Amino acid sequence: MNAPMPDAVPGPDKDGLVAALRRLLPAEAVLHEPEELRPYECDGLTAYRQLPLAAVLPDTVAQVQAILRLCHERKVPVVARGAGTSLSGGALPRADGVLLSLARFNRILHIDPVNRVARVEPGVRNLAISQAAEPHGLYYAPDPSSQIACTIGGNVAENAGGVHCLKYGLTVHNVLRVRMLTMEGEQVTLGSEALDAPGYDLLALLNGSEGMLGVIVEVTVKLLPRPERAQVVLAAFDTIEQAGAAVARIISAGIVPAGLEMMDNLAIRAAEDFVHAGYPTDAQAILLCELDGTNEEVSEQILQVRDLIAACGATEFRTARDEAERLRFWAGRKAAFPAVGRITPDYYCMDGTIPRRRLPEVLRRIAELSAEYGLAVANVFHAGDGNLHPLILYDANKPGELERVEELGGRILELCVAVGGTITGEHGVGVEKINQMCVQFTAAELRQFHAVKRAFDLAGLLNPGKVVPTAQRCAEFGAMHVRGGELPFPELERF
Amino acid sequence: MPLAADMSTELRETVAAARTAGRRLTIVGGGSKGFYGRAAQGEPLHVGGHRGILNYEPTELVLTARGGTPLAEVEAVLAAQGQMLAFEPPHFGPGATLGGAVACGLSGPRRPYAGAVRDFVLGVKVLTGRGEILRFGGQVMKNVAGYDLSRLMAGALGTLGVLLEVSLKVLPRPAAEVTLVQEHADAREAIALMNQWAAKPLPLSAACFDGHLLHVRVSGAVSAVQAARNRIGGERVEQGAAWWERLREHAPPFFAGERPLWRLSLPAACPPLDLSGKWLVDWGGAQRWLRSEEPAEKIRAAAAAAGGHATLFRGGDRTGEVFHPLAPGVMALHRRLKAAFDPDSILNPGRMYREY
Repeated sequence: MNAPMPDAVPGPDKDGLVAALRRLLPAEAVLHEPEELRPYECDGLTAYRQLPLAAVLPDTVAQVQAILRLCHERKVPVVARGAGTSLSGGALPRADGVLLSLARFNRILHIDPVNRVARVEPGVRNLAISQAAEPHGLYYAPDPSSQIACTIGGNVAENAGGVHCLKYGLTVHNVLRVRMLTMEGEQVTLGSEALDAPGYDLLALLNGSEGMLGVIVEVTVKLLPRPERAQVVLAAFDTIEQAGAAVARIISAGIVPAGLEMMDNLAIRAAEDFVHAGYPTDAQAILLCELDGTNEEVSEQILQVRDLIAACGATEFRTARDEAERLRFWAGRKAAFPAVGRITPDYYCMDGTIPRRRLPEVLRRIAELSAEYGLAVANVFHAGDGNLHPLILYDANKPGELERVEELGGRILELCVAVGGTITGEHGVGVEKINQMCVQFTAAELRQFHAVKRAFDLAGLLNPGKVVPTAQRCAEFGAMHVRGGELPFPELERF
Repeated sequence: MPLAADMSTELRETVAAARTAGRRLTIVGGGSKGFYGRAAQGEPLHVGGHRGILNYEPTELVLTARGGTPLAEVEAVLAAQGQMLAFEPPHFGPGATLGGAVACGLSGPRRPYAGAVRDFVLGVKVLTGRGEILRFGGQVMKNVAGYDLSRLMAGALGTLGVLLEVSLKVLPRPAAEVTLVQEHADAREAIALMNQWAAKPLPLSAACFDGHLLHVRVSGAVSAVQAARNRIGGERVEQGAAWWERLREHAPPFFAGERPLWRLSLPAACPPLDLSGKWLVDWGGAQRWLRSEEPAEKIRAAAAAAGGHATLFRGGDRTGEVFHPLAPGVMALHRRLKAAFDPDSILNPGRMYREY
């Protein structure tokens, strides 16, 4: 959304730092040539790129500790990185800093089927945990779209969600314990092997802290029994309003679906072209509603959902006939981003969350903004929890287009705040939405965030410059404050 | 007392004045959980008058209320819409408030299957020890803007701030709920059984063993509950809901008397610990109540060795440490976090640990 991080003043003695790192690690684990550093120049938010001073690939906790101590002593910033799938620039390197890759921490340390927990290193991929637990009939519930690639350490840092978090919660609800290192290199354990731990809930605080408070070196997650049956229904609607009403009906009937997803026409067509999921391409909106649980429960709820959806004017209602069709229905949704990527040179993915009931008006306003900027927007969202992913289609090679996309994106986020929502539901603030933090929070609240950061990292060396803007930056951004849906000067034109 | 009143201005002024004068405050809602934590110090700061439900949208599954709102009022409003606080907070007295329930961070029998109070906190408005009123989180299900300072308030015992407002995720009440009871002679066997059930896709919502009887509750669609009943077996308890409510409120005779009451939070399948006293196993094995005169060090060492921790929940010496001692690195983070919210340590000083 915003200008990339300011280039750091050319301070640190690169040669001296690299030499010192080489004393801690094997030579092949310290990278410093531009061509070796290139793979680390950006994460999933590719609009921003920055080569770090050096990148390190330790594979023991003692090595990570030594790296942190060295950087702390030399006042060198450190940016931790898992698989680099962040969509908000959380792992964007600093020109004056060390990029700390945790990719080599990829061992599953222990699966305990009786207590239903898995203890893993931070670089283990999300999906690999479920695969390892599979023989025991267990799985790890949070399933971000990037689950094939993203790592559990990054999931904790970002408090990752996924299509099933309506029923099974976010990462924070599924992690029991984290071992982390402070910037000083001290190892601390947050949470426990039990369901809670004494003192403050530092584990909850660490989830979603975007690598600003500590470096995660081990994670213990909860495993759940695989539901006996999962069934997905697909419903098509002539208007977004009808689809939105169906969502509210399902929830107020006391049903908590495992997933409840919506796509608009542009997203439907793109997905259908790409994966041939069998979506009705003339629908203005489709809903995918997954029900899981015991066999009896799922049968009962499918009938209930069918009646509720019919009452909302659905033009079509399909139940996946078999597992292959269920996976095909989901494939279209899970591939929605790359599908949109096929019909446009570039796209920009947003991540606001709103109260569900404001959905029709927010989508209407997004359509107006889309027309105003002359930029198409495809909408894909986790309808069950009001988390929107508008995708702005653009061409980065057209001069000035990225800037207009960022401006449009910023206005969409401010719209989310204005209706009582938030600028980010699951992708994180990173560098991307840092200006919009000035819109969502008061100066005093931002000061409190900075105070919390200092409590963990007094020197301010862990992933500095991300997530929480400085007062000066907010002043420059010139944000007007939106609170409780009211602008202080509603008559004024907003930028 | 009026049904709704906004006292945030008065409360802020009181906190600001206390800070200036170097006076310490002990936060009092309904006074139902005054026994919990270390002995209170300081002048009472009454927050019970700051009450009222501010927003409740059943289709959003979100409720926002002021901290002093009676828990009973919140539960009644939810029940009228067929919804509930799924973490089943204990009241421990008629005056229990929402703010107190969140600040104490206690959850009832449904916790291992539905989540703890912290899992349902979506946002807070908090009055810090600096006298600042700040909002964190919000009223939406997913929100990762900034650090999650709202969940941090759950269980912080008011030591980081006074909870002026809390937004919680609420859930629909299950369509059906049945409590079953079976006899078991051996705790080891009962704990193993509860964990075997939990590893299967059964709609469990509570499981408790009192040394003789194993109570288990299943919740969900009518057909699912019926099917689970057949698979689990046991006699149906007629007043099942009341049975769990009594357990949640510590009404059974197990909890009566003066002997120290310890709460051990353990990995669910952990075998019985070798500590003398009477045991009651809740949360499918993950929360164990112990009436025991054993030395605190011995109880804590046993809990820690098993991967958990122990709290002196009621009775015993409330001027010593009642919560499990923290590792030095974790304690250092606690001290600095406390200072970040309440630099002069005026809010509930010493309530959690002696040090702050």
